Amino acid sequence: MNLINLAIESIFIQNILLSLFLGMCSYLAQSKKMESAKGLGLAVILVLTIATPLNWLIRKFLLAPGALSWIGLEQLDLSFLTFICFIAVIASLVQIVEMVVDRFFPVLYNSLGIFLPLITVNCAILGTSLFMVERQYTLVESTVYGTSSGVGWALAIMSLAAIRKKIRCSNVPEGLRGLGIAFIITGLMAIGFLCFSGISLGN
Amino acid sequence: MSKLKKIVTDPLAENNPITWQILGVCSALAVTTKVSTALVMSLALTVVLCFSNVTISLMRNMIPNKIRMIVELCVIATLVILADQLLQAFVYDISKQLSVFVGLIITNCIVMGRAEAYALQNTPFKSLLDAIGNGLGYSVVLILVASFREILGSGTWFGFTILNSSWYIGNTLMLLPPGAFVIIGLIIWFQRTFVSKTLREED
Repeated sequence: MNLINLAIESIFIQNILLSLFLGMCSYLAQSKKMESAKGLGLAVILVLTIATPLNWLIRKFLLAPGALSWIGLEQLDLSFLTFICFIAVIASLVQIVEMVVDRFFPVLYNSLGIFLPLITVNCAILGTSLFMVERQYTLVESTVYGTSSGVGWALAIMSLAAIRKKIRCSNVPEGLRGLGIAFIITGLMAIGFLCFSGISLGN
Repeated sequence: MSKLKKIVTDPLAENNPITWQILGVCSALAVTTKVSTALVMSLALTVVLCFSNVTISLMRNMIPNKIRMIVELCVIATLVILADQLLQAFVYDISKQLSVFVGLIITNCIVMGRAEAYALQNTPFKSLLDAIGNGLGYSVVLILVASFREILGSGTWFGFTILNSSWYIGNTLMLLPPGAFVIIGLIIWFQRTFVSKTLREED
């Protein structure tokens, strides 16, 4: 029950893009076409699902205060290395995922391939890992949190792509075209998502 | 001389990194509910940007082209860790409010983008000027958005009462995520109509 609540919360209520503003750059740049929005959304779900639990393990066994007690170094606190380790893990993970997908799922690679490298610098990935540390999730919780944040992000980018397709024929004021109207649409979407707030399954 | 001046002033309004190049919006929005947090965030980003541009520019002839991304990422991550530790040591309250967003400077596209596009080709002094200009351009937008949100949302500016609560009822929507999206959309509209006359075709 808790896990379902967590999933609902991170997909709808605390949407990683619409309420935490993470991953805006690629969100704005890649939402002009539905195809690319879908590809990027899927790639983000895939990477987040792997990266978040992986970073949890690294934090638990290498970085947290006293985490190195398994090799007899109880006093050591490496938590200041969190940022650099997480970004290194994400960068290398993206490379490995790209190679594995290329080798075993060529069809998937054709649709995802060009989006995978973009993901390294997508702040949604690093942000999710950092939030996972801040909120002190367990391993299972952080897996669920990672996946559902990805789903929430994919939902947002695909909705924006659909809306941008719709407004292509509308007469938007000149200075507002492109980026400006995309921001205002995102604002309206965020207002829409606000109506989910407060939902929680009883337990 | 005028050329050097232009490096600094250009990103302030006409070629602003946030509103014109769509870089670094990710972190720009989440910390703008109060002017004080926005100010600290802009300072942190500007300092990181200056140091990273100078460092990378100093090393530009030594970095092998193939691994330049990794080198850039390492330099930036190290600087961000330093900034984060300093904030935690000296302004602990604000660093708690900024939560994960200081860490997300690593994936902020402005830092990476300026390193890649400017510092790799130019001398350290010019890169420093470019970093100051871009950092200030980012700060201007951040503080502008934060001012709107704090004044309209809670009637204060830097904590001083501007709109008295006896007659002004704070617009809570400004403090929620949608407010930030709409305000930045309007700023972009204003900037593209009145400041940057040479409109680029989009969509």
